[in-house]
Amino acid sequence: MNSMASSTIAPNPASFISNKKDLGFTAFSTSSQFSIPKCNRRISKKICSVMAPQQSERRPSTTGSVKTAMTMTEKILARASEKSQLSPGENTWVNIDILMTHDVCGPGSIGIFKKEFGQNAKVWDREKIVIIPDHYIFTSDERANRNVDILRDFCTEQNIKYFYDIKDLSDFKANPDYKGVCHIALAQEGHCRPGEVLLGTDSHTCTAGAFGQFATGIGNTDAGFVLGAGKLLLKVPPTLRFVMDGEMPNYLLAKDLILQIIGEISVSGATYKSMEFVGTTVESLTMEERMTLCNMVVEAGGKNGVVPADSTTFKYLEDKTSMAYEPVYSDEQARFLSEYRFDVSKLEPLVAKPHSPDNRALARECKDVKIDRVYIGSCTGGKTEDFMAAAKVFLASGKKVKVPTFLVPATQKVWIDVYSLPVPGSGGKTCSQIFEEAGCDTPASPNCGACLGGPKDTYARMNEPTVCVSTTNRNFPGRMGHKEGQIYLASPYTAAASALTGYVTDPREFLQ
Amino acid sequence: MAASSLSLSPNPTTFTTSPKPSFSPSYQTTPHFIKFPNTSQTPTHLIVKPLTTHSPRSSLSSIIPRATANPSSSPTSTTQTSFHGLCYVVGDNIDTDQIIPAEYLTLVPSNPAEYEKLGSYALIGLPSSYTTRFVEPNENKSKYSIVIGGYNFGCGSSREHAPVALGAAGVAAVVAESYARIFFRNSVATGEVYPLESEGRICEECKTGDTITIELAESRLINHTTGKEYKLKPIGDAGPVIEAGGIFAYARNTGMIPTK
Repeated sequence: MNSMASSTIAPNPASFISNKKDLGFTAFSTSSQFSIPKCNRRISKKICSVMAPQQSERRPSTTGSVKTAMTMTEKILARASEKSQLSPGENTWVNIDILMTHDVCGPGSIGIFKKEFGQNAKVWDREKIVIIPDHYIFTSDERANRNVDILRDFCTEQNIKYFYDIKDLSDFKANPDYKGVCHIALAQEGHCRPGEVLLGTDSHTCTAGAFGQFATGIGNTDAGFVLGAGKLLLKVPPTLRFVMDGEMPNYLLAKDLILQIIGEISVSGATYKSMEFVGTTVESLTMEERMTLCNMVVEAGGKNGVVPADSTTFKYLEDKTSMAYEPVYSDEQARFLSEYRFDVSKLEPLVAKPHSPDNRALARECKDVKIDRVYIGSCTGGKTEDFMAAAKVFLASGKKVKVPTFLVPATQKVWIDVYSLPVPGSGGKTCSQIFEEAGCDTPASPNCGACLGGPKDTYARMNEPTVCVSTTNRNFPGRMGHKEGQIYLASPYTAAASALTGYVTDPREFLQ
Repeated sequence: MAASSLSLSPNPTTFTTSPKPSFSPSYQTTPHFIKFPNTSQTPTHLIVKPLTTHSPRSSLSSIIPRATANPSSSPTSTTQTSFHGLCYVVGDNIDTDQIIPAEYLTLVPSNPAEYEKLGSYALIGLPSSYTTRFVEPNENKSKYSIVIGGYNFGCGSSREHAPVALGAAGVAAVVAESYARIFFRNSVATGEVYPLESEGRICEECKTGDTITIELAESRLINHTTGKEYKLKPIGDAGPVIEAGGIFAYARNTGMIPTK
């Protein structure tokens, strides 16, 4: 916490461009220390022409003693681009292990794939593409429904192995293949594996970094390219390291940690950079909590987030994948752009006030903020453990909520957990029972829901300029529907506590 | 935040400030986009303007040798080298929900009719404090072909609908203090808008409706309404892809995927 001043600027930026031979396309140029000084269009041409021969170049593998240390992210990208070494700032063609797309960006990506590779083109690998309808599912919006149809037609045509379809919108349970929110489904279905490269047409694809893999969000055009080519030109990001030590107090969740970090470095503090999370606190986190941490790196502008794989990771994966994977770890001598240290035992429950995820405040500082509703859901805050956490607060208080409280499980699996897993200390009650007793809305059908507003008839969408405490990830103007709506981002503990009082509330009021 | 790095300076020796609009009137009457064939680009273009002191000279010297070192690289390029039009000015952290709210994401950008429609909703998510609409009701196109913003433009979602909506509305270039990564990349990969970076907070110096010219070769933005000039950052590593016309063309040029 006190290391916040430890500069986000590289101590020696020049060191990163020393090895910058195969410059090419990137989204990296805004960080001035990495861009070529005075690059003009002519220079670009020149670079363009030297790009091709470089592709076949393979430096000989070096021995351990002379090899340059790399971070996890650098190592993953090096392996995926069949190079023995990469440095931040280098542009390299990376082989993709998994490409994920969904109903909002899938149709456009497919359109580009067909336009560029041909109407009869085949995808590069039918087993490496995962298509997950999840955004606008339970809506009467015809175009939204059509978009899911486009995905289905494409998956049939291309014989895509992993398509989590939904046909019967009236009852999601009648669709055994249907999962729900893509980032959570990817993890639950075993598509997230250490050491791999996962790209998705969704900015929160970075969630999968929790598994010690490189995962980042891309647009339709890049996805259309990957569909046909199986690779993409990526720039190697430098890494910021976040060391979180100390015992996590029982009133904090990973959401508080990431809100703390974003508040520290701002919504652009990690732009073009990788964020690596280490320390005893991180090691103690469950996989779902690590996913929350990595989920919001994009809210700091980050390209990806990573947590080193460990026994927790391997245990989670045991019954989810039979595919071999090979975790990688940052070398001890690896160079980090900067390092931030936090003593987690001293942190307090946080919120991000409207209208920016870095508008950090202590939950208790906002106790006079009257709220109209609470929303628990999304890839950030709609996992099984998020509902368990909320149930724990309701259980501890024994009271009823004072504002409408909307619950949207991320996936069908989470929904089943909410209705079946006993909440510890409740004498065997499930989350759903506790929510009902507290007066919450009945848990809704799993999907992205009102996290991003969506079509007007989306469940729990903010159609009025109300004030909401939400476990989601963004609170930009209009994010959950109404432009004048106000969103306070918070942990499931804080959200549940706020539902009980009708004001933004520190969960310690109920948990201690 | 980065106000201290303002490129507009009272110091008369800095090249970023121009006391008067020094452009010839013909520029302002030239319809919209001025195209220079790349191959005809000569140093004379760079001295159209009587800029003071050493800075332009140093940029000149860095341009000439590189340009001449590779004379055969652009035989067929028709890349635009300047933009001209009215600007629409926004602030910091303009996120993708403000550029194109999620309720319009059912529109598929690769579908031509829906592409047009996306343009009609460009920047419709801006708060009501923006009293001038970017696109008039019942119009598909905006009269503003240049968007000027602050830092972290395009943050938020990876939706390619964002640069597409701007492009479909008729925006040729965005000039911001900095960009969120995915928006920048999507702009480059699609070729929908040219994402340029200013060296200072131009968004505080320009007003919606000002007449702007952007000279790419000179990394220069001219506000004809105020008579001021600003330095832009060079496009950087993304240049080759923009040059080529997007990620597909770039990959074909470099042999990464077969040519059509």
